[in-house]
Amino acid sequence: MSASSAANAMLGLSIREVSQALRDGRVSATELCKKCINQIQRTHYLNAYITITEEMAMEQAQRADNRLRTGKPLGPLDGIPFSVKDNFCTDNIKTTCASNMLKGYVPPFNATVVQKLLDQGAVLVGKTNLDEFAMGSGSADGVFGPVRNPWSYATQYREQSKEDPDSDWAITGGSSGGSAAAVASLSSFLALGSDTGGSTRNPGSLCGVVALKPSYGLLSRHGLIPLVNSMDVPGIMTRSVHDAATVLRILQGRDERDSTTVQAPDTPPSLPEHFDIRDICVGIPKEYHAPGLSKDILAQWSRVADMFEQAGARVQEVSLPHTQHSIVCYHVLCCCEVASNMARFDGLEYGHRSAVDSSTDAMYATTRHEGFNNVVRRRILSGNYFLLKSNYERYFVKAQQTRRLITEDFKTIFRSGIDVLLTPTTLSDAARYSDFIQEDNRTRSAQEDVFTQPVNMAGLPAVTVPTALSPRGLPIGLQLIGQTLQDWKLLTVAHWIEKQLNFPLVCFHEDSNKRELDHSVRERTHTVGL
Amino acid sequence: MAASSSGYYKMLFSLRKYTNKSQSLYLIDTNFVIRTIWTSGSKYQLKPKVQTKSLPQMVGVVGLEIHAQIQSTSKLFSGSHVGFLAPPNSLVSHFDASLPGTLPVLNRRCVEAAVLTGLAFNCTINRKSLFDRKHYFYADMPAGYQITQQRLPIAVDGTLVYSLFEGRRKNQVVTKSVKIKQIQLEQDSGKSLHDNEQSQTLIDLNRAGVGLMELVMEPEMCCGEEAAAAVRELQLILQALGTCQGNMAEGQLRVDANVSVHRPGEPMGVRTEVKNINSVRHMAKAIDYEIQRQMEVLQSGGTVLNETRAFDSKSGNTIPMRDKEGLQDYRFMPEPNLPPLFVYESEASVPAGVDSAQVVVIDRLSAQLPELPSVRRTRLVETYGVLREHSFMLVNEDGLMDYFESVVQMTKVEPRKVIGWVMNELMGNLNLQNRKVSQSPISPCALAELINLVESGHISSSTAKQVFQEMWKAPEKTVGQIVKEQDLWMINDKEELRKICQKIVDRHTEEVQIIRGGNKKVLNKLMGEVQRETKGRTDPVQVKDILEEMIS
Repeated sequence: MSASSAANAMLGLSIREVSQALRDGRVSATELCKKCINQIQRTHYLNAYITITEEMAMEQAQRADNRLRTGKPLGPLDGIPFSVKDNFCTDNIKTTCASNMLKGYVPPFNATVVQKLLDQGAVLVGKTNLDEFAMGSGSADGVFGPVRNPWSYATQYREQSKEDPDSDWAITGGSSGGSAAAVASLSSFLALGSDTGGSTRNPGSLCGVVALKPSYGLLSRHGLIPLVNSMDVPGIMTRSVHDAATVLRILQGRDERDSTTVQAPDTPPSLPEHFDIRDICVGIPKEYHAPGLSKDILAQWSRVADMFEQAGARVQEVSLPHTQHSIVCYHVLCCCEVASNMARFDGLEYGHRSAVDSSTDAMYATTRHEGFNNVVRRRILSGNYFLLKSNYERYFVKAQQTRRLITEDFKTIFRSGIDVLLTPTTLSDAARYSDFIQEDNRTRSAQEDVFTQPVNMAGLPAVTVPTALSPRGLPIGLQLIGQTLQDWKLLTVAHWIEKQLNFPLVCFHEDSNKRELDHSVRERTHTVGL
Repeated sequence: MAASSSGYYKMLFSLRKYTNKSQSLYLIDTNFVIRTIWTSGSKYQLKPKVQTKSLPQMVGVVGLEIHAQIQSTSKLFSGSHVGFLAPPNSLVSHFDASLPGTLPVLNRRCVEAAVLTGLAFNCTINRKSLFDRKHYFYADMPAGYQITQQRLPIAVDGTLVYSLFEGRRKNQVVTKSVKIKQIQLEQDSGKSLHDNEQSQTLIDLNRAGVGLMELVMEPEMCCGEEAAAAVRELQLILQALGTCQGNMAEGQLRVDANVSVHRPGEPMGVRTEVKNINSVRHMAKAIDYEIQRQMEVLQSGGTVLNETRAFDSKSGNTIPMRDKEGLQDYRFMPEPNLPPLFVYESEASVPAGVDSAQVVVIDRLSAQLPELPSVRRTRLVETYGVLREHSFMLVNEDGLMDYFESVVQMTKVEPRKVIGWVMNELMGNLNLQNRKVSQSPISPCALAELINLVESGHISSSTAKQVFQEMWKAPEKTVGQIVKEQDLWMINDKEELRKICQKIVDRHTEEVQIIRGGNKKVLNKLMGEVQRETKGRTDPVQVKDILEEMIS
């Protein structure tokens, strides 16, 4: 066994397994942390991390070891390395949103979800890359450059490719691409993403990890730098459904700092091992046979539906007639909230400030021009247009009405006895970066979010589970959608699928790990900013 | 939000240097306290100079928009403290500085204040109200928007009843009312401090996020005097409720006046908005000036522009404000981070699963409503038999009613006798020196002592007035000390009095003859002489008896 595969053996474990290894003393938290940091360095070319918090992580791991040694771990996450999308505030650690606007910004507080993980003894190894302010579906539109899909550096993909690994690679999806890549490339056991229109599930699916978008309000958004407040949810990325459930149990619940949070329903300590799938009714929304759906995805969708049927679950076609309007409706609502949320970035209190100081207005204008990329600026412009007094009824109000109809569609279906919906997560497996950048961000987002976005409109829980590898060697995931606040039931079903499928871990092509450290990445990897 | 403000405090300071100079910008004119606003008659003649025969006279139409800072320990959506004159940026939480990722958490105390205020004006309290974002860029509004209640405010349809004094002597009480369209909760902004010398602007966010109640009144008033009386009554009500301290000079109460003119029966004229008003008296002046100005514009064939004008207290004029951004489109949008605000009728109507201690219950607040100024005035009239106009003075003057009631309690005299002392001597002296009741050198106890001395015949009432002035000058001395030092005790010894009277009779033989001739009126002259001789230390009734006896 080579050194790297030995590391893989430990890093490839699930949280449940590695937590047991920590308790058993088979590995220490500091060793584990160091292994993750090394793995980050080894896979630096993925560009998954913006900031690596090595120093702080090692200190946290040391404290975890002290607890583990005395047999008093704080819980199932004590000593477990994790990473966080760089749009969650982290106390005294740079939080950039992959934007010039917040380059070097150091928040004075932790997001509630980050704090909860730290309180459990989890070890923060780094902040992960994303699309600027989470606006995108490729993780290709951030100021720190695109994130590369780990699976495009795995043996199968590389053996098919005739090109250089630096020119032929696949995107991770987004906007939480860095988090997905971190979990998939085994440098984090758990990563937090955010999900507004699919930003956790999309990259989760394309990178072959479990990605949960909980019910709206179940997890606190305090400290999550917002995209669309009424749709944003912190997302959970792990390599097993069981792990996602463990993390959900820790993160869920009312937070006095976020008035939109709700009391979590009673949750058992872990997912049931024995569960009768015959009690479940699975809905297959016919509208999700969308144009552009690849045959590989369709094949997996059918395969899993059949699997349910053969195991005795009821599988039934259902209709969500208003889903087709989701894209345009989302576009309006998203732009409006973006225009509003981004108004605070004026260069006065924090973040980038332009050198132009001829007048306050000139300072605002140039600060915002220099600070935001085209994608952000376009959404701000559109949003302000939609919110103009003369346009408000025509756009915002209409979009809200449509949103209610989309929500009603789901409610009707669940009232009819459906427990979960089974749908694709994405139209196809991950696109090659060079193909992906042919289209502009808006078109891509509109295409990519088609299966994921209606869920955010309705505030429902959804999870993507990796199902298989495509012929290109890239992951395919399927999405399960549940009823509001029935996240646990959703995960129970997802757990059942997972057990039937046996999705593999990434195995890097041997050339991939011998690549030289990219200097631009290295420069960013210090612990604390300012 | 419980987060400490220290992190932000440091951060802001690293961006912005505060010179000591900026402190001076905080100095306010505390001497400017309004007293008898109902007597401040309109300085301007509200009559057009040229009258057209066929048309009715033009009249002013005034509506007010009032921002009342909610009296609460913490801000509307954050846990930072509310305080006036604290060091700049010392009361700023992460949310107040709009750090990304922070969320608003509604302060229940502020909601209760708004509901209590709504109840005091007989408003309909909306069981469900909503918050909205109002967008505009301004340096002292860090989020780029203000959270307010545009669509569905917490209270609507109320009435403010106020009284004016009319008649030549301003002693006829006329009661009027104005409709309160709505009361909405919203955030205050920070303050921009412009340092012209170094051509920079300093931002103080201490005020940013403090809770405001915006009260919108229907345009139902006609002149500055009415508006002044209405605002004064509003101030008193808010102060009685404890929902706003109401000090205009400190910005706790900010009034913008919408002014237009038209001929009765015709549509409303184009209105202007007058801002920068920092006292009730200035408001009355500003409104009357603006009405007069608009009338003159129209009469000279011009048109009134829909604009914002600032009141210049030095010239007493209103001047157009530099129009910064032209017409603003505030791009209102529902605030997505705050669920609808529910208030409940009674404990019983609080839904199951909701902790009734954590929600706002109307019944509970109704029970807390204190005695409002109008009720207080009626009580004063009924309990003490004071005149209605005196009841206004007692209630409207901060602390005067308590002063009056304390004096009444400590004396056996009729309250109507106390009122004279309070209205004339006390208020006269206070007004002369521009002091508040709380700054009176004479305590209620000292005044009661003085009144008691008159009542028991130890000093005469004319002497008492003299003693009052001495007490004012030397508050450290007791009444007794002053009377003794200046030898002002009443001469009650019959023999002594007779001697003095005899002296006067002897000195005025001519007058004595006239009196004996039947003209009794001249007796008054002799009584005056006795008073002068004794420096007012005699009882006129006694003196009269003695004189009559001597002369007859």
